[in-house]
Amino acid sequence: MVQFNSVHVLYLLVAAKWTIALSLIAFIGGAVLGLALALARVSRFKILRLAATGYIQVIQGTPLLIVLFLSYFGLSIAGYQLDPLVAAGLSLTLFSGAFLGEIWRGCIEAVPRPQWEASECLGLGRLQQYFYVILPQAMRIAIPPTVGFMAEVVKNTSLTSIIGFVELARAGQIINNATFQPFLVFALVGAIYFAICYPLSVASRRLERRFHVAR
Amino acid sequence: MSPDSAAKPLVRVSDVVKLFGAVKVLDRVSFTVDRGQMIAVIGRSGAGKTTLLRCISGLETIQGGEIEICGHSVGTSGRHSRKALCRDVGIVFQSYNLFPHLTVERNITLALTLVQKKPRREACDIAAGVLSLVGLGDRLDAYPEQLSGGQQQRVAIARSLALSPQVMLFDEVTSALDPELTAEVLKVMEDLAERGMTMILVTHEMGFARRVADVVLFMHGGKVWESGPTEEIFADPRTSELRQFIVSAL
Amino acid sequence: MSYQLDFSFLSKSWAAFVAGTWLTIQLTSVAIALGFALGTLCALTRVYAHPLLRRLVAGYVEVIRNTPLLMQIFIVYFGIASLGLKLSADVSAVIALVVNMGAYTTEIMRAGIEAIPKTQVESADVLGLSRLQVIAHVMLLPAIERVYPALTGQFVLLMLASSVTSQISAEELTATAERVQSQTYRSFEVYVVVALVYLLLSLFFRVGFWAIGTVLFVRRRRLGTTR
Repeated sequence: MVQFNSVHVLYLLVAAKWTIALSLIAFIGGAVLGLALALARVSRFKILRLAATGYIQVIQGTPLLIVLFLSYFGLSIAGYQLDPLVAAGLSLTLFSGAFLGEIWRGCIEAVPRPQWEASECLGLGRLQQYFYVILPQAMRIAIPPTVGFMAEVVKNTSLTSIIGFVELARAGQIINNATFQPFLVFALVGAIYFAICYPLSVASRRLERRFHVAR
Repeated sequence: MSPDSAAKPLVRVSDVVKLFGAVKVLDRVSFTVDRGQMIAVIGRSGAGKTTLLRCISGLETIQGGEIEICGHSVGTSGRHSRKALCRDVGIVFQSYNLFPHLTVERNITLALTLVQKKPRREACDIAAGVLSLVGLGDRLDAYPEQLSGGQQQRVAIARSLALSPQVMLFDEVTSALDPELTAEVLKVMEDLAERGMTMILVTHEMGFARRVADVVLFMHGGKVWESGPTEEIFADPRTSELRQFIVSAL
Repeated sequence: MSYQLDFSFLSKSWAAFVAGTWLTIQLTSVAIALGFALGTLCALTRVYAHPLLRRLVAGYVEVIRNTPLLMQIFIVYFGIASLGLKLSADVSAVIALVVNMGAYTTEIMRAGIEAIPKTQVESADVLGLSRLQVIAHVMLLPAIERVYPALTGQFVLLMLASSVTSQISAEELTATAERVQSQTYRSFEVYVVVALVYLLLSLFFRVGFWAIGTVLFVRRRRLGTTR
């Protein structure tokens, strides 16, 4: 058994860097997928709507851990030996994309109907309506819940430790196994997660208040 | 009435029927509008006035009859014909519906550049022109939330006017405004009428309708209950419903 | 590359899956019940109690909501063990889930309680009801009705989150899956089956909550309104 010392703290901080990197990958990837899903959900074509809805319902009804396992093992079956960061990033992207898609669909639908009518009566085509009138307003509505979801993404990265990616949670386990001081180690790990997530939660709440005041 | 009554009417509504579920909201409505005329549509809430306007503008489909406006056939077909319609018909809503994330100038130039494909320069000139027409020439860079209700409504009128429509539809455009702000909007509409714009307006402003409109349509229960030249309608209402309505409105 | 999907393991391991599913349901149900009670208590504290208590509850909620569930489970499991107490994996799992559920429920119920118009509370006060009676009869049921979708949504999320307890060896569904796939090497197929079971569980819970809702909220059932 080793005494808990500053080297361990450093190890945790380095692992935290990987947590942040993975969170960014998952968020950006999820954003791209989420936008596609949101647009598909409100599209005119029934098959797009059904496909997007089906995907979102399945992902939202499955635990993240299972989604991680499925994509991890699914990938190795397909013959791909991926770098753990890439595999973890891909799995989290598939998961985050579904949730972001659902959030953003709600934001698109929150743009008041008269905005659709006014732009249509001015002669704008559907794509023009989306690009110039609807999406800019939907984005404003989307900022608070999206920032809030970023905290969710960071917390979700902790599960990738189970498929072998060494990030903050895994680092904590490793150190705990060496020092046998779970309260100290996991409290510290928790504090680091808190330091990352809490500002995002607060920002999300402030943005929500400001948005409501403005409207 | 209109000087060239021999010419083809700009708007022709024939036996239009509109159903919401099983309810007949419009029951064989017919009337015509000649170029340069202003028609005021009056009546109680629920009489079908707004629905009529929305059908004429193509926002709602009809289940019977025909609507012909500026040569376009409206009401039953889809999006494509609606787009052609937008060039000739402008509509101003009760809730202005300005785009909150764009400046006043951009609200007006948006359709000019995207739909009428005008170059930016020309669009800005047109925007400045119509804005001064409605008395807001100095508010080009303002955002809708910085303007009063009356000012926003005038911008909405300018936005439709900028596309040079042949007919303009007004759906209770002053109903959401405080009384002090109503006057400025009515003045703009009166100016438009004097310049010869063909207008159909749904309104509760009886004084305004009486003073400015050429023809009045009184709607009741989804039908055109009475119609005729303004003076006749107000001075000599033929049905008790119209008489009651005029009394209650004044 | 050709991979043959093979679901034959089901014939031998289906009993294990049933057992795992049953434990998941048990863990979830207990955690929901206790977590909801804890959360409601904390929400009331947030609204009515002494400022110091309010801040304590706020702190609890923020810490739980901004740290991963996995960490919370580890602290409960390994932490309590390090104190010399021998707790089974299941009990540790429930404790962590209850604490977690409590925090999320606090926020949801707080929103529901604060949305009750002050005039309702005042009328009840003026009629002579005690604080406790006001809470029980005028506040709680309407508050729950108002936030019911968010609340039940959170319950379903908890059921899905229970899969994380597999990491401290609670023998629920995900742990069963891990065990079966390590024995049969049919990882992908095993997890497909388990995903399907979770989907069915989600559906089952959602329908169940809807049914409970129609029983609890009599006015809604009679009038067919969602006001």
